[in-house]
Amino acid sequence: MTPDTAFVAPVIEWAYLVPVLVVLGAGVIGVLVEAFVPDRARRPVQIVLGLGALLGGLAAVVVLWGDERVQGLPNEVPGVRILGGSMVVDPFALAVQGIVLLLAVLGLLVVADRTSTGQDAFAPTAAAVPGTPYEDLARRRGVQQTEVYPLVLFAVGGMMIFPATGNLLVMFVALEVLSLPLYVLSAMARRRRLLSQEASFKYFLLGAFASALFIFGVALLYGYAGSVDLARIFEALVSGTSPFGPPGAMVLTGLFLVLAGLLFKIGAVPFHAWTPDVYQGAPTPITGFMAACTKAAAFGALLRVLYVVGSGLPQEQLDHVLVGLWVVAIATMVVGTVVGVVQTDIKRLLAYSSIAHAGFLLVGVIGFNALSIRATVFYLLAYGLATIGAFAVVTLVRERAPRREPVAVAVGTAGAADAGSTAGAGSTAGVEGAPESDVVLGEATHLVEWAGLGKRSPWLAGAFSLFLLSMAGIPLTAGFIGKFTAFQAAIGGGGWMWVLVVIGVLTSAVAVFFYVRIIVLMFFTPGGRPEATGDEPDGGLAPGVTVVRSQGFTTVALVLCVVGVVALGVFPSPVLDLALEAVKFRP
Amino acid sequence: MSTQIPWLTLLVAWPLVGAAAVWLTTLLPVRTTGVRAVRGVALGASLVQVALLVAAFTAFDTSTAGTHQLVETYPWIPQLGVSYALGVDGVALLLVALSVVLVPLVILAAWREQGEDARKLRHYLALVLVLEALMVAVFAARDVFFFYVVFEAMLVPVYFMIGGFGGGAQRRYAAVKFLLFSLAGGLIMLAAVVGLYFWGPGGEQAYLTDNLVASLAAQPADPVAERLLFLGFFLAFAIKAPLFPVHTWLPDAAQHAPAGTSTLLVGVLDKVGTFGMLTLCLPLFPEASRWAAPAIVVLAVVSILYGALMAIGQSDIMRLIAYTSVSHFGFIVLGIFAFTSLSISGSSLYMVNHGISTGALFLIAGFLVARHPQRSQRVEDYGGLQRVTPVLAGTFLVAGLSALSLPGLSTFVSEIMVLVGTFAASRPAALVAALGVVLAALYVLLTYQRVFTGPVPTGLEALPDLGAREKWVAGVLVAGLLVLGFYPAPALELVREPAEVTMTTLGAVGITDPSADIELLAGEGSDS
Repeated sequence: MTPDTAFVAPVIEWAYLVPVLVVLGAGVIGVLVEAFVPDRARRPVQIVLGLGALLGGLAAVVVLWGDERVQGLPNEVPGVRILGGSMVVDPFALAVQGIVLLLAVLGLLVVADRTSTGQDAFAPTAAAVPGTPYEDLARRRGVQQTEVYPLVLFAVGGMMIFPATGNLLVMFVALEVLSLPLYVLSAMARRRRLLSQEASFKYFLLGAFASALFIFGVALLYGYAGSVDLARIFEALVSGTSPFGPPGAMVLTGLFLVLAGLLFKIGAVPFHAWTPDVYQGAPTPITGFMAACTKAAAFGALLRVLYVVGSGLPQEQLDHVLVGLWVVAIATMVVGTVVGVVQTDIKRLLAYSSIAHAGFLLVGVIGFNALSIRATVFYLLAYGLATIGAFAVVTLVRERAPRREPVAVAVGTAGAADAGSTAGAGSTAGVEGAPESDVVLGEATHLVEWAGLGKRSPWLAGAFSLFLLSMAGIPLTAGFIGKFTAFQAAIGGGGWMWVLVVIGVLTSAVAVFFYVRIIVLMFFTPGGRPEATGDEPDGGLAPGVTVVRSQGFTTVALVLCVVGVVALGVFPSPVLDLALEAVKFRP
Repeated sequence: MSTQIPWLTLLVAWPLVGAAAVWLTTLLPVRTTGVRAVRGVALGASLVQVALLVAAFTAFDTSTAGTHQLVETYPWIPQLGVSYALGVDGVALLLVALSVVLVPLVILAAWREQGEDARKLRHYLALVLVLEALMVAVFAARDVFFFYVVFEAMLVPVYFMIGGFGGGAQRRYAAVKFLLFSLAGGLIMLAAVVGLYFWGPGGEQAYLTDNLVASLAAQPADPVAERLLFLGFFLAFAIKAPLFPVHTWLPDAAQHAPAGTSTLLVGVLDKVGTFGMLTLCLPLFPEASRWAAPAIVVLAVVSILYGALMAIGQSDIMRLIAYTSVSHFGFIVLGIFAFTSLSISGSSLYMVNHGISTGALFLIAGFLVARHPQRSQRVEDYGGLQRVTPVLAGTFLVAGLSALSLPGLSTFVSEIMVLVGTFAASRPAALVAALGVVLAALYVLLTYQRVFTGPVPTGLEALPDLGAREKWVAGVLVAGLLVLGFYPAPALELVREPAEVTMTTLGAVGITDPSADIELLAGEGSDS
């Protein structure tokens, strides 16, 4: 035998790490691109690199999915453990990685779009203090940031490791790898920068707090089992060989703390306080990306920790854990929907909706059976598509500075000029030194400003309605099948689970109210009141609101989201089959 | 079986094709003929649908009306035990027929409702056709999950039909109220549908109604679970039907929706509630149905009286008609939960008759309102119109008389069957319910008196009578009322066997049929 002191080079099966390596490698290259590629060419290079890396990672995931060791050789547990469980490549991990990558592609498309205004959603120089001449100068010079792309790739890399590790310390590192870029990205909004920076700061502080809880929990579990490897912890729990005897308060406390850290990322009550502020303050494309992908990754990690540690616990202790999750799930559903009802800002409203969805997902998780994993995987995909789509629509509905009537021009000609310039409003916005009139500003996030959108842009409003209906869980949309499978998994848990399901459907009914309110606004409420300001409204919208055209990226993302939501709602069979495969997972 | 023509799928798919065609009229080059093209395509599509229906009727064997025929079963989401399964028994076929026949009339009635606005008319008529497809699908569904999906999906077109095309500022309120009531019921039903899986047979066809009935009969769920599941389904159906005290959305919706929407909503869609009670609640949960029946009978009787009294007190003519429907739905539910073959077949027939009768009332009242200079729906703004518009007054009177179940009109047959059947099961319920018939006379005749007799208000002296198009609509409906009133035998033939099948299911939990020896069914139609 080798003495303990001798160094043994670990055997690393690189092939199984390809998806993660591709994404993180592209992130590193992206940083180099920032340094060496000329200003003009940076954006196209970064877009191609980012989308290429994500699609490449997705392709690698698909290839690995067919690998026989991943799917399990006969008489063997499916999945491959790399570096003693630092990475666990099993069908479950690949499924979550696949979802994260797919949603990240859609998210990145929205991030990349500069719309017809020629400006993306990010501050020209994020380092400039808001309101200073330096900031103003950077804006007038038309400086644009492209660091966003590598930051997104790093976050995606972290999200891919997060659900695919059996080692709690690696999980902690992944948590930080995915969080730190998001903190930065949240602070980079072009408009309302103070709000954005405040959001980022809140996110960072609370995130750090959650990380601390997580690592404290890991310490307790390590103290009990003598390992941070989930498989070892499982063995210690089952065999009871720990010096602390059979599992007790120490393990439960540790598990609860770890779960608290994860529930923070998920946005479950009572760890949800950051969600509305961050969703509102962050640049909207980042909000969509973060809402969809972080939740997918965090639920992946939550399932892995809960199911591995939980199935090692004696029934009595497991019940304690599940009761805790019951409370969290009920609180999450109730707070998400009830507080959502009184929101007047569309981004905050979607934030509360995402909190409510975390609750519905938890209902499925608490079922604690094979159906739960299928339900969660499917639900995450359905939710992610609708969320990215919804936030993508938000990026296109903008405020517009009121037009200043030139004093010298006669009224008649001014009217004609107005009519002509309305269509081309976007193209003049970026012109240097143009007066600050008729300029397209940031997103029109107040609900009132969405009145009449159905008349101005029926397709956009129709797509948004579809996403909302999917979130509401109306049949023939992906959200319905997701909700159905989640509730099915819950009832499959037996016992009093039906109570949780009834609370779930009742809160769904409340949630429908605020989704429908937006549809009512868009389609049935006239927005334009020309006499109020004298400002000509844009095709039925309220004065001071307009819709910008996408450069194409957002349109592609929207079309894909619509197709996905409908396809998953009408023909969910193939995806349900794949999701059922994901049930195979290895501690 | 596999080689037969899938009539039901055709009946579901064709209106969708029609709706797409209506939408695509926007591509026609000539803008000025837009409205005419939209009308023509929509009416044509709905008439072809009637032809398909006739073909489906010929393929249906009326001698075995109690079994599902024209059956189609394909796996849809086998992972969840869901099939795309269609098939109709006599009752379902009659209700499919009702929807298919009403749609062209609604389209005709909506001819001018949106003025010359081709865009609005296009959207409205396309929604009507989409709704038609869903209505056929919901009555023909033989899979509980598929039924639920269609049940919920129907809300979307109806929501837009109320909220987008109704009159008055309150229509959005009405649309949202309708949607929230329906969704609240629907989501509770969702919980029950999910729960049903675990009490059912499982497997890839777990949600087929027949499989569920067989499996629950062989191995009943424990009583508490069965009652909870029953309540989940029943609540959704009671909201849909609508039964007192969850009926409040209906008057608002009917008041603010266009007359055509109200016709489909009350005439057909709400029947999904009573149809669901009959074809899902009773066979799936016979024991729980028996447990809940006394309470439901009381609610039904309250609905009959409350609806009638509220109708008498209404000043808005559309609200008035909506409340008469609450009363009539009380009769239908009463007949179903009286558990006699006579009352159940009476209720089945009542659903169809009420669809025609209330459709006639709504559409003719719609014609009346459209004639008023201010489009007033208030009863007191009218008077003496039987001299001004005699045809309108006459057809309204016939429709009204059918609502009070005058012998010779179709509703009489079904109402007497429900009352006699209920009498055999529970005399107090039948006696109190019979009061509803008296009240019906009050609300119908009082309304007729206030609107069509007395002095004519200024401004209404020169109202035009029904045009040819409107005469067609009213004529077809009145003819339906008369034909089914004087010769109900074919329809009775279709509903009798399904009722007996239901009674057989109920017999398994010890419910006997006290009306079995009443020989009313065969000779009823001829003596009136």
